[in-house]
Amino acid sequence: MAAAPNPQLIHTRDLTKSYQVGDNLIKALAGVSVDIAQGEFTAVMGPSGSGKSTFMNMLGCLDRPTSGEYVLGSRRVSDLAGDELAEVRNSSIGFVFQTFNLLARTAAVENVELPLVYAGVPSAERRLRALEMLARVGLADRADHHPGQLSGGQQQRVAIARALVTRPLLILADEPTGALDSRTSLEIMALLQELNRGGMTVVMVTHEPDVARFARRILRFRDGHLVKDKRNKELADAIALLNAEPVPA
Amino acid sequence: MSVLGLLRVAMRALAVNKLRSLLTMLGIIIGVAAVIVMIAVGAGAQARVEEQIRSLGSNLLLILSGTTTSGGVRMGFGSNQTISEDDAAAIPREIPETMAAPALRGTAQLIWGNLNWSTVIFGVTPEYIDVRQWEIAAGRMFDAADMAGATKVCLVGQTVARQLFGGANPLGQVIRVRRVPFTVIGVLESKGQSMMGTDQDDLLLMPISTARKRVLGASNLAKQRSVGTIWVKVADGYDMKAAEEQVRALLRQRHRLQPGQDDDFSLRNLEEVAATQEASSRVLALLLAAVASVSLVVGGIGIMNIMLVSVTERTREIGLRMAVGARTRDILGQFLVEAVTLSLLGGLVGIAIGIGTAVGIAEIAGWRIVLSPESVMLAVAFAFAIGVFFGFYPARKAALLNPVEALRFE
Repeated sequence: MAAAPNPQLIHTRDLTKSYQVGDNLIKALAGVSVDIAQGEFTAVMGPSGSGKSTFMNMLGCLDRPTSGEYVLGSRRVSDLAGDELAEVRNSSIGFVFQTFNLLARTAAVENVELPLVYAGVPSAERRLRALEMLARVGLADRADHHPGQLSGGQQQRVAIARALVTRPLLILADEPTGALDSRTSLEIMALLQELNRGGMTVVMVTHEPDVARFARRILRFRDGHLVKDKRNKELADAIALLNAEPVPA
Repeated sequence: MSVLGLLRVAMRALAVNKLRSLLTMLGIIIGVAAVIVMIAVGAGAQARVEEQIRSLGSNLLLILSGTTTSGGVRMGFGSNQTISEDDAAAIPREIPETMAAPALRGTAQLIWGNLNWSTVIFGVTPEYIDVRQWEIAAGRMFDAADMAGATKVCLVGQTVARQLFGGANPLGQVIRVRRVPFTVIGVLESKGQSMMGTDQDDLLLMPISTARKRVLGASNLAKQRSVGTIWVKVADGYDMKAAEEQVRALLRQRHRLQPGQDDDFSLRNLEEVAATQEASSRVLALLLAAVASVSLVVGGIGIMNIMLVSVTERTREIGLRMAVGARTRDILGQFLVEAVTLSLLGGLVGIAIGIGTAVGIAEIAGWRIVLSPESVMLAVAFAFAIGVFFGFYPARKAALLNPVEALRFE
């Protein structure tokens, strides 16, 4: 493992995904080859139907490619299925969703613990690590609150803490600010940027250029193809923007 | 995830929809309660019948005197004294596996001091207590010498002892039976109520010879040796049916009855009577078993239905759990434990209600019930099996969801 055969954290070659819909074969992904290095902050953009969501599902090991190769870290995951994929998701990937997907009527700390439950971590250690992660996202004092008692921004922070708690290889964020107002969105982007500065690899799906500008690299998808892969020359700093904004009364 | 962890998750999920959970459990509650009541009542009836057979004396045949017809009016059994002490003596002689005890029956007023009590008098032979399985609480049974001398001795049942003597010791006391003085030489153990609810302890035993000569004689002068009943005890292990037929054949021969002619006596196998009673209680138990099984199955279907609804409602939760690493067996376990928790909780409530109902039946209807730990365990096992059986399909459905579609589910 130490001498990984590929220096890239994510390595895909000719990744395809097709669905049979009636008589038509729909190619949601038509051969995507991309490498993402450890520590990158990448935004995946494209209109709906462009294949960006399918690509994210592949990266997240939620779905299996029809053909092609996907290596995550040092592991060839494109051949895995079922419970092996579940194990990869559990140990290597942290998900952040648009709608947070927190368990209702369940304390924030227990939500954060959830991946560790499936990892088989003993409960005392689970609690400790979950509290640590809540502190990391600035919610140490909200550990016992249920999602219903938290604001949208706070809920997304809980979700980020949950994504981080297993010390994953990468964070996959699917429209993480889609359900948040602009200031809260800035806060969440600041948090993701901060994590990225700490070395965390982040891949984020968004259709908003306003959000994508915080990523260092932008991938554009269209009709199942990766059509553009560029450095973000106008990289924005969310913390600086936050500090420049007037604080709401 | 540990079973304890799954249980906590299940309890929380069920607590979200308390009323729904309760309604879902209702079928199981009713089913399990019915199982508990069924077993309690069934076992109670069984115990009662067994006890009655015991109190009657087991392996017993009862021979009653035949009927008489007077001007076209048929009288009941015993109206014609067709059986005799000689018949009784012949039975064990011809059929060595039996013991016979003739009994002469009458009623009389007993007087002791200024107290009196009316009771049933049996003139019997010493074998009677062995045949009827009476135990002697105090004193002794009369013997052959008493029989030969027609001595004026008697044994009293517990009810007579209590009513006539109060707290005093009856042994050695002289009582008057139809103005004839008798010495009490023994007191019988209690037998309690008979199958028909009569008090079996309200009786007095005396030698049959004495009874015939001194107390009941007047009405029996015509037939010097005749008796109303003969009890026949058949040895353990000997076929009751065979014994019955042998006794019947012997009596027919002794009474010189032609083939085709009706018996001039009535022969009853008392175990059959008891068995009939037991059978009727079994029918009741079977009926309850049917109700219970229908209710358990309906309850199980209810659980399956609600679990399917629950799986659909929580599709996103399932998707999320899968995304963060839940394996197929984790999701399967979660929903299976939830279904089993539902059915086991229902089972526990059902056990409580069942025991309450059984006790209520015992109080109100006066039925005998027997509550056994086995029935409770059976009910728990049933509830568990129902939960697993009917919970499996919804749980499997949840476990096989595609995580991508589950997360996208609205």
